[in-house]
Amino acid sequence: MRAFSELLDNLNCTPQRNGRIRLLINYFEKEQDPNRGWAVAILTGGLELPNAKTSVIRRLISARTDQKLFELSYEYVGDLAETVSLLWPNTSNNKTHLNLTNVIKDLQRANRKTFYDLVGNTLDKIDTSERFAFLKLIMGNLRVGVSARLVKLALAEYGDKQPSEIEELWFGLKPPYQDLFAWLEAKAPPPIINDKLIFRPLMLANPITKDALMDLKHQDFVAEWKWDGIRAILVGDGKECKLYSRTGDDIGQAFPDIVRVTKFRGVVDGELLVVREGVVAPFNDLQKRLGRKKPSKKLLEEYPAHFRVYDMLFNHDVDLRSKSLIDRRTKLKHWVDAIASTQIDFSSQINFSNWEELSAIRDRARANGIEGLMLKQINSPYLPGRPKGPWFKWKRDPLVADCVLMYAQRGHGKRSSFYSDYTFGCWRNTVDGVDELVPVGKAYSGFTNTELVEIDRWVRANEKERFGPVRAVEVGLVFEVAFDAVHISSRHKSGLAMRFPRIHRIRWDKPAHDADRVESLLQLV
Amino acid sequence: MPKPETWLKVTPHGLFCVPGDFYLDPIRTVPKAIVTHGHADHARPGHEAVIATPETIEIAKMRMGINTWKNTEPLKYGRNFKFNGVDISLEPAGHVIGSAQVVLTYKGSRVVVSGDYKRRQDPTCDQFKVIQCDAFITEATFALPVFRHPDDHTEIKKLLASLERNPDRTHLIGAYALGKAQRVIALLRKAGYQSPIFLHGAINKVCDLYKKLGVPLGELKSVSHANKKDLIGQIVIAPPSATRDRWSRRFTNPIICFASGWMQIRQRTRQRGVELPLIISDHADWDELTQTVVEVEAPDIWVTHGREEALIHYAETKGIRARALSMIGYEEQNE
Ligand SMILES: [Zn+2]
Ligand SMILES: [Zn+2]
Repeated sequence: MRAFSELLDNLNCTPQRNGRIRLLINYFEKEQDPNRGWAVAILTGGLELPNAKTSVIRRLISARTDQKLFELSYEYVGDLAETVSLLWPNTSNNKTHLNLTNVIKDLQRANRKTFYDLVGNTLDKIDTSERFAFLKLIMGNLRVGVSARLVKLALAEYGDKQPSEIEELWFGLKPPYQDLFAWLEAKAPPPIINDKLIFRPLMLANPITKDALMDLKHQDFVAEWKWDGIRAILVGDGKECKLYSRTGDDIGQAFPDIVRVTKFRGVVDGELLVVREGVVAPFNDLQKRLGRKKPSKKLLEEYPAHFRVYDMLFNHDVDLRSKSLIDRRTKLKHWVDAIASTQIDFSSQINFSNWEELSAIRDRARANGIEGLMLKQINSPYLPGRPKGPWFKWKRDPLVADCVLMYAQRGHGKRSSFYSDYTFGCWRNTVDGVDELVPVGKAYSGFTNTELVEIDRWVRANEKERFGPVRAVEVGLVFEVAFDAVHISSRHKSGLAMRFPRIHRIRWDKPAHDADRVESLLQLV
Repeated sequence: MPKPETWLKVTPHGLFCVPGDFYLDPIRTVPKAIVTHGHADHARPGHEAVIATPETIEIAKMRMGINTWKNTEPLKYGRNFKFNGVDISLEPAGHVIGSAQVVLTYKGSRVVVSGDYKRRQDPTCDQFKVIQCDAFITEATFALPVFRHPDDHTEIKKLLASLERNPDRTHLIGAYALGKAQRVIALLRKAGYQSPIFLHGAINKVCDLYKKLGVPLGELKSVSHANKKDLIGQIVIAPPSATRDRWSRRFTNPIICFASGWMQIRQRTRQRGVELPLIISDHADWDELTQTVVEVEAPDIWVTHGREEALIHYAETKGIRARALSMIGYEEQNE
């Protein structure tokens, strides 16, 4: 495990992306099978340990440290694995190095009862750096500055392959990826994927502005609405059907009303929505359906799922991805007609004869469920990833409101130890005629690192009260908050919630009493 | 014997000794002050009269001008000075050169204001001395059990190993200009590193003063007189902020190092884009802080700036009364 923990240490100290790729490649060169394959599984989130629960780690550490000191430390460090790796008592000075594969095998073999002791004993044997690596592998959610994508890029470079070749195979492979490494090292042919129901990587769009559009020929593009749902692909082998999110998570269980009723062979790409009588419901409604392993009949009736398709990757066994968008959509239209399902329809095109006209259409669209427009080159093949050029998303201009900072909490990951999670509010009238501030939303993004440091300082200097990790602050700092929509919600005291709020600007200049009122936000619902 | 809180109070200007009519490390201009050490957040300009160690007075003059303080009373470690019925003496705090704990005795009641301190050996300053007292005022910069600074020699070894591995690159070390930079240099010399060390202007100035005060630092050169080629394979020391701004662009492909106690935390390393973190701190770590609050045998611990909550909690579990003074104006980013 030494080589792996060193890799994590070095990745943390390598700001340059290329440097991180180099480190990974060096690791693949030096480490052996199956260790390196397990490392790949850990870094890409592909290691499954059924008994690994955060609660086990919490129990272990609370048996060894003062609870309050642990909580304060965790709040400061912002990462549980790191906190525990630093707080774990050093019981002996002779640390051993364990073999990564053996460590994982032991963890996989352990049952619910033995897991606790196994983890505790292992932590006793190793040093801080390996403790961190070990805890990360148990808890997943690494946040060590390496995305699954970066690992795949490194694998591609290591084997002198195209990243798309790796992506294409990826979801048919299993750790510890010995067949993959054999192919990358030219010792074997590419791994054969027999599973027809595997996830296929999606083609994504880049954002664009009106100014940039003006340089493009409008005749080359088709326009569609950008639906405010969840991007998904539906894969069928004639008997069974699977629904995958953009990242390859199988979300079929939550949507039996889509996967159980559709029978086909192929792969289609579209937007998952909640639709009632032809009208797309707010995103909030769709959220009620997410993550439900066994949705009740009532839920299915109240929040009917819908799949609006816009592209086709495979028709039967025929790979359409090298064909042009127009060809694919013609096939797709036939498919939609043939399948004749009330839950599936075709994302139609918007006709326009110049960019100005399209811009006007975009401005008029304020309906729920529309986030803006998608522009796709007529001739574009289906290229997995986010290629520059063929597809664009042209989002609706956000709504903005001036809100007052009310609570701040320390962030996680890159922003740990800074107050970076903000709850803000707007004014409203109380019965006795006094204005009060009520929360309307929470945001974690939209500010620069410099601004973060400034806000953090302001929060520390203007603390009013503490509730655990949360600091209530004095009324005084105004944020211009951008958001995509407002809807009625019982979660906030104000009775409304913002969709995708982010800090647009910090209004150091603006007096808090001039911030917006709840009434004016309600008009945007 | 009067209770410490009856004669020592927190005011918006800083800690105030009532019978003595003077402030300790005041954050605003005052008529009379005792200053623990030369860091900018503790030694501020414009006071009428100041008592401090001779080294601290020299640092203040260098930083803020000869006349920054109208009257100065240099007080060496261990000497006594009586003022308005209060006995004053200064004892080493081990933080930076000249840093002092202020020992105040009034009608038999003794309070120690430790300023910033650390317990471990530092070749550039005198080592911290434990003074038993009735109330001990402590900082809490690293007061969490996750902060356990490693031995500074292992950190220097890490740096020397990296130098050997990367003979074609410049090691650019971010280190606070007063104290940390000189300590890193002295530690490098102790480890046998003989080559000249290149300095940013702000650090050069302080090093000259350290030399004048009798701290040997070996051969030092100014970066501004060197050309790119001469810096390959060398060590350059600059204030942390300079390692991140335009100034650092004069080096080709430098390795960014940062000497600070904050480097214990991975996210801090990453936030700053540091490639070689050196956990070298001029503040006490958790073990030093907790050891100190026990050893001073004070029934009362007052905690100034940093992570007060954890240290107070610790003291309470040891049966020591502790409270936060909630002092503002002291920076911890300088570490
Ligand atoms: Zn200091
Ligand atoms: Zn300080």
